[in-house]
Amino acid sequence: MSQPTWKNPIVAWIDYRLPVFTFAHHELVDYPTPRNLNYWWNFGSLAGVMLVILIVTGVFLAMHYTPHTDYAFASVERIMRDVNYGWLIRYLHMNGGSIFFLVVYIHLFRGLYYGSYKAPREVLWIIGVVIIFCMMATAFMGYVLPWGQMSFWAATVITNLFSAVPLFGEEIVNWLWGGFSVANPTLNRFYALHFLLPFVIFALVFVHLWALHVHKSNNPLGVEMTGDSDSIPFHPYYTIKDAFGLGVLFLVYFAFTFFAPNFFLEPDNYIEANPLVTPTHILPEWYLMPFYAILRAITFDIWFISAKLIGVIAMFASIAVLFLLPWLDTSPVRSATFRPVFKQFFWILVIDCVVLGYVGANPPEGWFIPLGQIATAYYFIHFLVLIPLIGFLERPRAVPDSIASAITAGTNPGVEQS
Amino acid sequence: MTESDSAAAAALDAGDGAGDERRDFLLIATSVIGATGTALALWPFIDTMNPSADVLALASTEIDLSPIEEGQSITIVWRGKPVFVRRRTAAEIEEARATPLDQLPDPEPDEARAEKSEWLILVGICTHLGCIPLGQKSGDPRGNFGGWFCPCHGSHYDTSGRIRKGPAPENLVRPPYAFLDETTIRIG
Repeated sequence: MSQPTWKNPIVAWIDYRLPVFTFAHHELVDYPTPRNLNYWWNFGSLAGVMLVILIVTGVFLAMHYTPHTDYAFASVERIMRDVNYGWLIRYLHMNGGSIFFLVVYIHLFRGLYYGSYKAPREVLWIIGVVIIFCMMATAFMGYVLPWGQMSFWAATVITNLFSAVPLFGEEIVNWLWGGFSVANPTLNRFYALHFLLPFVIFALVFVHLWALHVHKSNNPLGVEMTGDSDSIPFHPYYTIKDAFGLGVLFLVYFAFTFFAPNFFLEPDNYIEANPLVTPTHILPEWYLMPFYAILRAITFDIWFISAKLIGVIAMFASIAVLFLLPWLDTSPVRSATFRPVFKQFFWILVIDCVVLGYVGANPPEGWFIPLGQIATAYYFIHFLVLIPLIGFLERPRAVPDSIASAITAGTNPGVEQS
Repeated sequence: MTESDSAAAAALDAGDGAGDERRDFLLIATSVIGATGTALALWPFIDTMNPSADVLALASTEIDLSPIEEGQSITIVWRGKPVFVRRRTAAEIEEARATPLDQLPDPEPDEARAEKSEWLILVGICTHLGCIPLGQKSGDPRGNFGGWFCPCHGSHYDTSGRIRKGPAPENLVRPPYAFLDETTIRIG
């Protein structure tokens, strides 16, 4: 990699004192990237763009929003009706959250499929899981701010999860609320944290990229880059590919924003919060429904541990298990392209997550209860039993020596996946 | 400590091995005091999030029970939460008292649930995840046991507010209350 020489004297002057231009050149222009990345590798940069859009729209919404139980609902309606383009900014922010999660979930499953979590990218993976966890907390608190019925009752149900903590449950919940129920102090702190957390996520994304740039991107073949013949510079090859992907994503994002802006929202959230009336079905946003299904799947006590506490533990464990994944997967082969058995189970896991989401969207009655329990059990079996076992028992297909050899041999098994 | 640091320390302590120990002690003692001080300084920040004085000041409520007829219920607000006051019929009391305790997930005799058997006073919050159970209005579903039914996750409560079926782990909570006279109570 050559050291760039800066012709512009101002750039050269700054770069000598603070080498930001050299840094950007190394990390964004020259940066060697596997030559065989498919479109599933677009979703990391797409997630970054969505985060920036959410922060920008969020800051502008904050200029008009009032975090008080008496005014919050009205201030959101004012944004919708009176503030110039307020409707646009709010709908971009609201739907942007859903698109952000969609993009990040695809990014996550891309990593699962191609074994991107394996050595030496474990820390990169773990930071990613922390980011998703922070995103969920941020999204949940954002959902509370409009102070509609769903806002209020989602806040009540989720904060009450902590009452399942033994001994100090009630004290913890009163501390979270700043009172004896979800009320003005709760709304105030959720607003403060909803403003703060995206910047924490931004910092985590920076660390995520730092870890990425140490060992560079994984790729559809799952073999490391061995030399110049395996890589191409990030710019212009992947800047243009990411830009194209961004155009496609924007088509989807703006289709929702302009033609079905309330598609993802529960109508009940246009009724102002009422602490004395519970809506018939309390629903989180779609991206949290699989976790909601896991929470409600546990309807039985185990020994002295209450069903409620187990449900809460299971819900958090469903994310925490991802931290362990690099060590649960015993297979030395990264990419599912060369793992015929794992590949089947990967798709079963995808279906299982969709089933969990479907169960989470429905009331906990009748056959939804056993379905949710089976899907929850399968989710944990996949990670804790099947993944370690498949690694031992599966006979992987032959892995190519290098990216270049796989491509120049005229066969590129990575392409069939895209 | 880096290699050069410890080399410098060793040079300073030349001929006196006790110096290392003293330095270690000072380092550990300083770190412990520093860490403890920082941890203690966190407490005011954490405590700001606890219920404040103005919230605590509104912690009790008085109610006049005289307008409530037998079989009627009212919902009042105490600490931002609904409290169910139900004037039970003789049949409801009988039903609650006739239930064997071994059929209850959270066994508690009806006598312990109501100070005066006619007046059942409970915090109207499902002990599962904090929804408001239905059953206060005449048209509401009251579940399989004639008490309350929580629509969120399907918990059924009986005429004593005890959990009978569904995910809730405990009976509806009895708030602290006292009869000031025959028809007035103070909750909290």
